[in-house]
Amino acid sequence: MIEVDRAGRSFTVGRGRSRRTVHAVQDLSFTVEAGEFVGYLGPNGAGKSTTIKMLTGILAPTSGRIEVAGLDPLRRRTDLTRRIGVVFGQRTTLWWDLPLKDSFELVRHLYKVDRNDFRRRLDELADLLDLSGFLHTPVRQLSLGQRMRGDITAALLHDPAVLVLDEPTIGLDVVSKAAMRAFLGRLNAERGTTVLLTTHDLGDIEKLCRRVMLIHHGRLGFDGTLDDLRALAPGEDSIEDVVTHLYTAPPAER
Amino acid sequence: MPRRHPEEAAFPLRARFPSRPRPPSRARPPRHSGLPFSGLLSRTRLPLYARIAWYGFRRHSAYRTAALAGAFTNTVFGILRAHVLIALWEARPGLAGYDVADAVTFCFLSQAFIGPMQLFGGGLQLAERVRGGDVAVDLARPASLQAWNLADDLGRAAYLLLLRSVPPTLVGAALFGIVFPTEPAAWVFFTVSFVLGVVVSFGWRYLVALSSFWIVDDRGTQSLSLVLMMFFSGMVLPLNLFPGWLGTLAQSLPWAAMVQIPADVYLGKRDALEAFALQALWAAALLVLGALATRAARRKVVVQGG
Repeated sequence: MIEVDRAGRSFTVGRGRSRRTVHAVQDLSFTVEAGEFVGYLGPNGAGKSTTIKMLTGILAPTSGRIEVAGLDPLRRRTDLTRRIGVVFGQRTTLWWDLPLKDSFELVRHLYKVDRNDFRRRLDELADLLDLSGFLHTPVRQLSLGQRMRGDITAALLHDPAVLVLDEPTIGLDVVSKAAMRAFLGRLNAERGTTVLLTTHDLGDIEKLCRRVMLIHHGRLGFDGTLDDLRALAPGEDSIEDVVTHLYTAPPAER
Repeated sequence: MPRRHPEEAAFPLRARFPSRPRPPSRARPPRHSGLPFSGLLSRTRLPLYARIAWYGFRRHSAYRTAALAGAFTNTVFGILRAHVLIALWEARPGLAGYDVADAVTFCFLSQAFIGPMQLFGGGLQLAERVRGGDVAVDLARPASLQAWNLADDLGRAAYLLLLRSVPPTLVGAALFGIVFPTEPAAWVFFTVSFVLGVVVSFGWRYLVALSSFWIVDDRGTQSLSLVLMMFFSGMVLPLNLFPGWLGTLAQSLPWAAMVQIPADVYLGKRDALEAFALQALWAAALLVLGALATRAARRKVVVQGG
């Protein structure tokens, strides 16, 4: 469903003498099969968001090849948007000053969703994500948790085969987080939607992901199951300690 | 009994997803084949953009007080400017082909244009979204960034026309008496010229906003744009007061399309078709430039923020 083959992205920053090239992502290769739920981890600045932006066709890779849902994200961006849903947890696609429902209506036009399909899916999602209490509330009045549920709904109304989530639980309280996880887990298990999730919350990973990828300094450092990951640092107890150990240990040990 | 995971109780999970992964046997429309959508832009996207314009209108209606405060300011300054222009035209009657009534009308029209034409610049959220990185969301949509912003801006202009243009015009009419065209055709011409003016204004402001893809701090471009818009639109002084080549030049630049040309069409001082041609030319030129700049931005874009 997602194929990344030796993809790289570099940026030129600074001017004059301080001009230099930053490799945000280097030589990145992985494959995600249909129906997988993959966690994509890495410290701040490791290249997670750059990867997501390349997968969604917002950013052109400077090297390598990427294919999502059978399409080149950059050249077939518009077609691709119909097959994937994207949520940037720190941003919103919703109309700030208008009732939530209006943003969904626009999504229907944006993706040319059939009116009946739209109604059925919105009913389902409103039920699952418990939106009915604030469908007619202006988005600026929503709590962060409500807004995030609105954004997830907007990303799913066109029934995408792949869902890409960039920190969907950031800033959420424990209850909202748990609710979000329960929903995503069921979306993947019952609907078969392929999910790629970046997060700093290892609880998300433990609860949801069968497979984890770790990116460090723009390179893929680990790709395997959660158990494999634990086995890498047998001395550590929690998954959090394991990940911290991996990121801070000298490179030879990795 | 298997214990329910506490997370499952977090929402009242009444509904279930409709069954397991899609059964391949059932003949579904080839939703993920890509074929039906290949001619995206060739098919009409009018319902989408009409809806965006309507949302733009309503988005601004959330800030009614700000619009009314703007209308008040525009009216007060209109009265001050009218007195200055009256003094000027009484000293030099017939200056630039206007009589006193024309000059006062020009004054209140230009005040009325401030809102819809967004003569002080801005009006688009784009620059801020580029700086903050929110533009990533916009770029991820299956829609043209430029058309999306244009539709939104037309909605904004329509709202501000109601709230910020009508009050100063009425006050001007009541206090000074302004010229009202009597022929219906004149109103049609004015409407066309006005809409073209808004599109030219959008074309210009879109380019200014887009500059923040390359220049992170857009304050410089914004203030340069402000000076150009104020001075060369006819907002500060009617362009037909500009002497010689400067006047000719100013009358043919894009900013003239925002105030001077629609005002002249209203006053019947300019051939309507000639006016439309110049405005349409600038609208097309700026929109094409905007489209090219959007493509360039997409290609070399550095989306800010994580």
